[in-house]
Amino acid sequence: MLLLDYFPIFIMASLAMAFAGGTVLASFWVGPRQDKSEKLDTYECGMPPIGTPHERFNVKFFLVAMVFVIFDIEIVFLFLWAVIFRRLGWFGLAEMGIFLMILVFALLYVWEKGVLEWASKAK
Amino acid sequence: MAYLKDLLLGFSLFQALPISVIYILTAAICAVVAIAAIAVVALVAVWFERKISAHMQCRLGPMYVGWHGVLQTAADGVKLFVKEDIIPATADKLLFILAPGIVFVGAMLSWVVIPLGPKMAATDLNIAVLYLLATSSVVAIGIIMAGWASHNKWSLYGSMRGAAQFLSYEIPTALFIIPPVLLAGSLRLGTIVDEQAGGFLGMGNWYVWNPFCLISFICYYVSTLAETNRIPFDLPESESELVSGFHVEYSGIRFSFFFMAEYADMFIVSALGVLLFLGGWHGPFGINHAFIYIAKVCALLFVTIWLRWTLPRLRIDQLMATCWKFLIPLGLINILGASFWMILTGKV
Repeated sequence: MLLLDYFPIFIMASLAMAFAGGTVLASFWVGPRQDKSEKLDTYECGMPPIGTPHERFNVKFFLVAMVFVIFDIEIVFLFLWAVIFRRLGWFGLAEMGIFLMILVFALLYVWEKGVLEWASKAK
Repeated sequence: MAYLKDLLLGFSLFQALPISVIYILTAAICAVVAIAAIAVVALVAVWFERKISAHMQCRLGPMYVGWHGVLQTAADGVKLFVKEDIIPATADKLLFILAPGIVFVGAMLSWVVIPLGPKMAATDLNIAVLYLLATSSVVAIGIIMAGWASHNKWSLYGSMRGAAQFLSYEIPTALFIIPPVLLAGSLRLGTIVDEQAGGFLGMGNWYVWNPFCLISFICYYVSTLAETNRIPFDLPESESELVSGFHVEYSGIRFSFFFMAEYADMFIVSALGVLLFLGGWHGPFGINHAFIYIAKVCALLFVTIWLRWTLPRLRIDQLMATCWKFLIPLGLINILGASFWMILTGKV
């Protein structure tokens, strides 16, 4: 019974993919096909693009992604705890207090290291 | 889904079929209904937004197609459908074609657990809240794929910003969802809504009246604005600097998938807000009906559109600081506060 609850997800995924694929194919079939030589250019405000867009990126994007992974995993634990908190009582509160304290220290550490500063400071 | 199954089994024609066929049939009907619902929601929401925006600026907005332009979006949809299919010459073809599909399927997957009324979800999962958090992140993959595949500077910048913003705001969203889960002791949306029934005037048990849940509700709403790329957090699409962000190179039907997914996501986060904090389908004086629930969702959507014409766009450093330095610490404290409150009021 439990697995059957998940069955509509599978059906929905396949139907949504079929719908998306079908619509794009139908649109391709219905739409006009003209000479495309200039239409296929990259649009950057009407100027010919200079250089490649795949340049080096600011490391902060990757740092944020790493911090996200840490916090997101810990949030999964929080959800499990929240569901059974009624049965845990004071014990649960104390345990989660310690856990959240570690999280806060992690956040303070990241903060202090400057990961959360987006604008580089003027020198 | 259980209702529909019983309904089908009521007919003698279906009783002869094996139960597995009935399951596939009911699931397929639910999925088709959900896809139809998403199309209708997108059509109505776009018209709603254009009309409200127009009247807030003393314009009329769409007026010609149908009564007060109500069919304008349908006409636009047909126009997008018959457009020429354009894939830029420098684009990464496979990723370019896949990206809108992933965004669309991600949005559709969330719809499986969103009820449209009492007992009207395709499946009432026992981990629905967690499942919603998981499926909503699929959109981020689609956005970054679209930006990378377009081979366009603006698209890539937009998608990088979009991904950073989406990942960052996913954490406060999840943190502020926890207090209602704590109070209800369940991740099943049906249970969470039923826990909010009754009380003063039939509205007294809504979680939003709990002080910690009130903080949660406001901050949840702010975070979801950022997650759905709405103003004042629409940095990934900011027209004035990035043209329109990650979907600059998309046109025709592929563009419409991004558009549909965006409005579907808006509806989903508003619906989740109503289910978790505003009592779902439980209205005043013990009335509970799907219409009450839809009306509450529309009210939240209206506030979202209203904000668009009220607030200017933030800078990216302000955006990230709001999330990491304000919302996340507040979320952690809020969870501790809510659990303290539960113990002190003897709910544990």
